[in-house]
Amino acid sequence: MSSIAKKKGFGATLWDYLTTVDHKKIAVMYLAAGGLFFVIGGIEAMLIRIQLAQPDNDFVSAGLFNEIITMHGTTMIFLAAMPILFGFMNAVMPLQIGARDVAFPFLNSLGFWLFLFGGIFLNLSWFMGGAPDAGWTSYASLSLASPGHGIDFYALGLQIAGAGTYIGGINFLVTIINMRAPGMTYMRMPLFTWTTFVASALILFAFPPLTIGLFFLILDRMFGGNFFDHTMGGNTIIWEHLFWIFGHPEVYILILPAFGIFSEIFALFSRKRLFGYSSMVFATVLIGFLGFMVWAHHMFTVGLGPTANAIFAVATMAIAVPTGMKIFNWLLTIWGGSIKVTTPMLYALGFIPSFVAGGVTGIMQAAAPLDYQLHDSYFIVAHFHYVIVGGVVLAILAAVHLYWPLMFNQMLSEKLGKWTFWFFFIGFHLTFFIQHFLGLMGMPRRVFTFGADQGWDLFNLISSIGAAFMAVGVIILVVNIIITVVKNVPAGNDPWEDGRTLEWAIPQPVPFYNFKQTPLVRGLDTFWIEKQEGNKEGMTYAEPLSDIHMPNNSIIPIVMTFGLFIAAFGALYNGEKDWAIPVIVLGLAITLGSMAVRSIKDDHGFHIHKEDLMNDKGGK
Amino acid sequence: MDFNKKYTPQTWPDHPEQVTLEGKNKFLGFWLFLGGETVLFASLFATYLALKNKGPSGMEFSTNTLFELPLVFIMTMILLTSSLTSVYAMYHMKNHNFRGMQTWLAITVLLGLAFLGLEIYEFNHYVHLGFHYGQSAFSSAFFTLVGTHGLHVVIGLGWIILLMLRNAKRGFSLYNAPKYYTASLYWHFIDVVWVFIFTVVYLMGVVG
Repeated sequence: MSSIAKKKGFGATLWDYLTTVDHKKIAVMYLAAGGLFFVIGGIEAMLIRIQLAQPDNDFVSAGLFNEIITMHGTTMIFLAAMPILFGFMNAVMPLQIGARDVAFPFLNSLGFWLFLFGGIFLNLSWFMGGAPDAGWTSYASLSLASPGHGIDFYALGLQIAGAGTYIGGINFLVTIINMRAPGMTYMRMPLFTWTTFVASALILFAFPPLTIGLFFLILDRMFGGNFFDHTMGGNTIIWEHLFWIFGHPEVYILILPAFGIFSEIFALFSRKRLFGYSSMVFATVLIGFLGFMVWAHHMFTVGLGPTANAIFAVATMAIAVPTGMKIFNWLLTIWGGSIKVTTPMLYALGFIPSFVAGGVTGIMQAAAPLDYQLHDSYFIVAHFHYVIVGGVVLAILAAVHLYWPLMFNQMLSEKLGKWTFWFFFIGFHLTFFIQHFLGLMGMPRRVFTFGADQGWDLFNLISSIGAAFMAVGVIILVVNIIITVVKNVPAGNDPWEDGRTLEWAIPQPVPFYNFKQTPLVRGLDTFWIEKQEGNKEGMTYAEPLSDIHMPNNSIIPIVMTFGLFIAAFGALYNGEKDWAIPVIVLGLAITLGSMAVRSIKDDHGFHIHKEDLMNDKGGK
Repeated sequence: MDFNKKYTPQTWPDHPEQVTLEGKNKFLGFWLFLGGETVLFASLFATYLALKNKGPSGMEFSTNTLFELPLVFIMTMILLTSSLTSVYAMYHMKNHNFRGMQTWLAITVLLGLAFLGLEIYEFNHYVHLGFHYGQSAFSSAFFTLVGTHGLHVVIGLGWIILLMLRNAKRGFSLYNAPKYYTASLYWHFIDVVWVFIFTVVYLMGVVG
């Protein structure tokens, strides 16, 4: 193994990505795969809006409509938003804390491939007899009755992808706890690292209930179990509890990293220290904690009784307090700052009113009696799109622009970036603001069409036009990315000029071993401190230049995942085809066999020698 | 860090599983993993309690008629003892006594296999009575909860056996010490879960 950079052919590059354990390359793969699923989910959204653009439309059939809305929700949450955020966590967090890599590079790769194969498995349903059609929540009372294999694809695909997320969560937690650079105390960690930390803790405790719920669904549908079948003594509400015990923390798994990204942006482009840093950390932890106490607010109308509803209503309203703290901290960060309105900053400024609107409707729904009215109406659709699109998606788009130079050493065009923002932002409000009123007028969610005499025509048409605006915004972004990649102009070190945190201190393009010497962190916004004190070298270092220990690449993660992928096909056809059980055994044998190989074969990694480091000016 | 460096009992560190960064990471990561596993089993326990004795109308099976405490008590004792023997194994690891550790791990594995044999016998017995997996919600929940624990036992046994075979001729190193340590942690966790199964499923089923 050598650290000397050399040009590689296509085959070698492909092999490099298939086997890589480098957090930066895995981040790129997360971003690419997540971006692809984002586009697929976006096309599904467009199909929904075309169908609903006019009354009594027959653009898609009722059955296909159910499949589209289910896949839209599932794809966007599990295969787009979360993986893209994972991409940014992978790209940025280790650099922010001055780590060499994540704690378990091998597992990092495994987590990515599990997500990708799970996502592919789920989407194969389109070509193999129909997609899942019971909504992204897949309530058991619906999903048990769903014919065909759609729900089986949902349960097995999410099981595989979920395992990847779970592994990623543990990996990030250990990285942040064990691998911070000297001087990087907990209360000096940048907010994005903090939110990654708390979101990872949520993943650790929220995903096991989903795993169990999905296993029950798999067992019920494919292996003769009776968890949800009422006639056999089962109880369909068990699914709802397990799903929402996962599902509500999932909302915070998505939004907390988004908060982290915006915290970075506000400080960076206001050129001011983040206002109320410690209260931001406190609010993040508190939101994470309260996020586990509120799942039953999704189930007010199930009939849990007034006591349960009251407790969950109050707990839900309590979350507004730490969230409000964050909003005011961001506002006070901007206040008096020397503001640069760049594309990421535009997103951040647009995020505040959008997210507050979503938050306020959330508080309305937290009142259980009002929720009885709003439940299952378009008001709910409007609310969760305001928090997810107005919060998470705006953060993702902002982060694409913000971290593109860090990840690829290129600057996306600011001009096109602003066009993307305005199209997307206006389109977003046009689409979803009016849906509040559709909901109040009584339009139920998940209906595939409506009558001309119901008075919902105009508002639905406006909503569909808004969706087209968002699509234009995304297309401009894609064009922007293509132009930037083709031009390939190096962005250089500290591309935003005002970088505050450690990730901006690293030379560009980022060497595969990250910092040559582990930096010494001397305070919050450590890079800013060094710059203020006129340090030309970039950082103060905590150690002399010495050999760097690096992990070896490995093909095993993808083989391990492929085994599960095969086994999932066996499970899908269990009881239907003779080859089902042998295929399950074969798939699991591949997975367990590769685990055994991984355990038996020593993997000590390799060293980059000091002499090579001294000659290396960075680069791949 | 030279992973294959040979140690003597004098130079062997007090906590060999946590000397290298890899070891520290494994140690912490595994504890976190067990935290997630706890939630996993909590979900299974909650479901079991919700579906206990629930089945199609006129179902003849219930915890009172089905379970026999003597057998389960023997299983419990075997598994608790195996946890103790794995502690002995870790004690020998700290003292750099490789043969002692392998011997106690072998005893742990034998006890685990005995437990597994009794569990298979128990499950087989229920199925012969007509209490099979798809018989009712109760049977599904019971077999899934106890079976998931059984699966953990199988994985734990496979893991420990693999470690013993792989390192039989190599002795200790700072590379394999964290592996032994986490395997023993896993084994303790399996034991703790069983204590809850014994209490919640069997004792509360027959007595409560």
